[in-house]
Amino acid sequence: MTDIRLNRRALLSLGAGVAAAPLLGACGGVSTSGADGGKGSVTLMSNQFSPVEEKQRFEKILQQRITAEKVAFNQVETGVFASTLQTQVDAGKVQVSAVGALHGDLAQHAERLIDLDDVLAGLGDRGFAKELTDLAKLGGTTTKYIPWMQASYVLAVNKKALQWLPSGADVQKLTYDQLLAWATAGAKANGGKPIFGIPAGVKGLYHRFFQGFLLPSFTGGQITTFRSAEAVTAWEYMVQLWAQTARGSTNYDNLQDPLQRGEVLIGFDHVARLVGAPADKPDDWIMVPAPSGPKGLGYMLVLAGIGIPKGAPETDKAKDVLKALTTPEVQLDVLRQNAFFPVTNAPIPTDLPGAVALAAAAIKAQREAPNAILSLPPVGLGARDGEVGQIFKNCFKEICLDGKPVRQVLDAQATELNKILDELKIPCWQPDPAGANCRAA
Amino acid sequence: MKLKVQLACAAITLFMGAPLYLITLAALSSRRSLNEFPLSLLPTSLSGETMSTFLQSTGILGGLLNSLTIGLSTVALSLLIGLPAGYAMARYAFKGRDPYQLALLLTRALPIVVLSVPLARIFLDTGLYDTTYGVTLLHTALALPTTILITSAIFLGVSREQEEAAMIFGASPLAAFARVVVPQALPGIAASAMFTFVLSWNEVLGASILTLNRRTLPAQVLATLADSPLAFRFAGGLALVVPALIFIAVARRYLLNMWGTTLR
Amino acid sequence: MRQTRPALLLIAPSIIFMAALFLWPLIAGVTQAFHGPDGPTTQYVRRMADDPYFWEALRNTALLIVVLIPLQFALAIVMALLMRERPRFAGLHFYIWVVPLAISDLAAGLVWLSIFTDRGYLNSVLDGLGIPTYSWLSFEHPQTMFLAVVVAELWRATSLVFVIVIAGLQGVPRDYDEAASVFGATYWQRVRHVILPQLRPSLQVALILRTILALEAFAVAQALTGRNFPLLVGETYQWYYQLQNPNVATAIALVVLALSIVAAVGYLRLMRP
Repeated sequence: MTDIRLNRRALLSLGAGVAAAPLLGACGGVSTSGADGGKGSVTLMSNQFSPVEEKQRFEKILQQRITAEKVAFNQVETGVFASTLQTQVDAGKVQVSAVGALHGDLAQHAERLIDLDDVLAGLGDRGFAKELTDLAKLGGTTTKYIPWMQASYVLAVNKKALQWLPSGADVQKLTYDQLLAWATAGAKANGGKPIFGIPAGVKGLYHRFFQGFLLPSFTGGQITTFRSAEAVTAWEYMVQLWAQTARGSTNYDNLQDPLQRGEVLIGFDHVARLVGAPADKPDDWIMVPAPSGPKGLGYMLVLAGIGIPKGAPETDKAKDVLKALTTPEVQLDVLRQNAFFPVTNAPIPTDLPGAVALAAAAIKAQREAPNAILSLPPVGLGARDGEVGQIFKNCFKEICLDGKPVRQVLDAQATELNKILDELKIPCWQPDPAGANCRAA
Repeated sequence: MKLKVQLACAAITLFMGAPLYLITLAALSSRRSLNEFPLSLLPTSLSGETMSTFLQSTGILGGLLNSLTIGLSTVALSLLIGLPAGYAMARYAFKGRDPYQLALLLTRALPIVVLSVPLARIFLDTGLYDTTYGVTLLHTALALPTTILITSAIFLGVSREQEEAAMIFGASPLAAFARVVVPQALPGIAASAMFTFVLSWNEVLGASILTLNRRTLPAQVLATLADSPLAFRFAGGLALVVPALIFIAVARRYLLNMWGTTLR
Repeated sequence: MRQTRPALLLIAPSIIFMAALFLWPLIAGVTQAFHGPDGPTTQYVRRMADDPYFWEALRNTALLIVVLIPLQFALAIVMALLMRERPRFAGLHFYIWVVPLAISDLAAGLVWLSIFTDRGYLNSVLDGLGIPTYSWLSFEHPQTMFLAVVVAELWRATSLVFVIVIAGLQGVPRDYDEAASVFGATYWQRVRHVILPQLRPSLQVALILRTILALEAFAVAQALTGRNFPLLVGETYQWYYQLQNPNVATAIALVVLALSIVAAVGYLRLMRP
């Protein structure tokens, strides 16, 4: 019986401990975002700056540069971002004052954001490019967000790989054929292990490579030319390139880790997902523009913006925060620390840290290339943005991984693509000609 | 026989323990050493750098408090609601027992995201959004099926006679339950408490949909970890495990409590 | 049914609680799968069935469960029986065997990725032994990819079964066992005819819970294989978050739900005493 009594005492102490817990939470919990989202503070929810160091650095920028308002930076995953914004606005109980995300993430919430024409009008001296402020209308006639920062995709190259660069090729002005020859030579010299990688993991942004780089470079378009003869050539090229691409690519969500580990020596990715690789030893690395194809150098613009949800608390203060975030000081701080580029005409300084300087040079060369073809992120797709991206990913899976015939896959996926586009009835965006309803010819 | 048992135990411990060793090793290694190949299996380049950067993130302490509150409240609430139900399942062959059991399981069979989004809407309307109460309610609902089913399986093994004897000697049904049944069912209760706490501790998605400025620790850090360099992911992974390990160490004593009484 | 009244009183709190929290989300969820902007529709279900990943995910999920669950139960029962023999350092062994329970599936995926990845611990060991390394997780090697997922899941989730079985084993009196051994029963006869029958309620519960939780698990497989080894619940998240289409996501979730019901009913029928 002693055992049983012992049990009871133990049970009592366990019970007491458990019962004490709810007392701790009597106030409904402790703030975790730096500012309690209480009166007077501005909660900025964003899916950007998710790596822990980037987040810490941006919080510091907010603290140092924005002193008039207290800003709580609330970093969330993209999925949580969308569902939080949606439920709060639809329930009419909004707790975030501002939301910052990529153009595509904000596009689906156009109806949930207030018009910001007045804020934009007050920012005439910032010198936003017209293509950015047009994008910020999200397909409507009024401004839905204020451009926040921009980026693009480039190639990061470990200098070790330069020894296999085909003769006659200029690494700063690669063509797609030279890239393939380079990757092939590198793999051969490396004992059959490919040295080129793309971010084809679940969270990787590889569809942007097809959408904004490969296809525009080969076909001059993105949607209208989706199943043209040139598109077939492009995908046939991709099959060859994939044969010389690291098999681990289907697990890469970003390329900076495999580059830093030395698993691959040449990688294509979003600059913010590349700058970690050269961070330690910038002298061992270069970053170069994406290659050119028969039609030119296709490249895609990445744009992030900040909007204000309808019914948000502290709207006036949130507008002041938006203005503060577009000042040259903040724009350049973000560039220096987190490698996102200014959306304003703030002059790029010459004393950038090594990795960022490499990225800045590559992006500048890419934009200013004489044969550049600018691709915008899809305009007006709204909630279907992800599904359209998935169509390009499906093409890759079926053509490169499953080895199905290119023509057959493109026809099947074009049908899916047109199904979505026919429902939306939107005009095309760059580089496709802006005609009536956009669809694959 | 004895030797075989020892060897088998050692083999299983090796399988279960090796990944634990590796995560600890990786979390405490310098960032550079994680990029080398071959990787060292011995602690040759220890560094607390990633761990300390990680621990300096905003909201770690607040998140820890919220997580503890929610975890322990969830254990309390799910036992309070689940124990009587588990007892009923074990003792009474009532009508609708199977459908009831199935309905319980349904909540676990739907992905949390499908449940959390409509729930966020309700919580916004009722003021439970962004409070520990709201997350506790969600976690309790997720934990109830395990609590009820596990305790009912254990109550089946508790003898009916002792309970009735206690009542004949004047104990109320509640007292008989608390003094006779519960101590004997302690291993099952401990097991389900363990599951509940760990479930609540590790649940990220529902917690991040239902909160904004008062996040739990995993919701606060796991999102930022997913896109961070490898070294940080290990540091975060290890730091998040520690509190759950302590809880298991405590609950383990109750789980193995009965060895003493059954082994004569 | 004289006994229904007290039983109903005891289960009433749980019913009220679950109904209050889940009835509405459940209904909202179910209608979402069949209700478009223009009224009832099957377009989301068709969209789901047309997706190249869906059938692969369904097949993988079934395959994983069929391979994993028997292995897991065999291992967990062996572990529990070993514990019953009270080996030396039982406390230490026990603790390490239970610890994976505390590890979130995200962290578990991370650890196993660091083991199986091309430049991971496993290949480091092989390299050290002079054996050529191997790309375990490459999509070109579906067998080792599947094997890696099975090993990782075996590690992560066997503890759950083990703990339930151990808790159930506490209630099995040693007397029966000893009596059987006095009458000359071998160890395996005792396990088969004395111990396992008494563990039936615990095993049944563990089986149902484990199957349903296995249907829900995807984070480890996703960490190890990306979308090369899609699972149903992973697809739900994919549709919900990446593709922003909650309707199709819910349709897939309902498939998971249906599978869970089939499994649970099946077990309840099969294991009825």
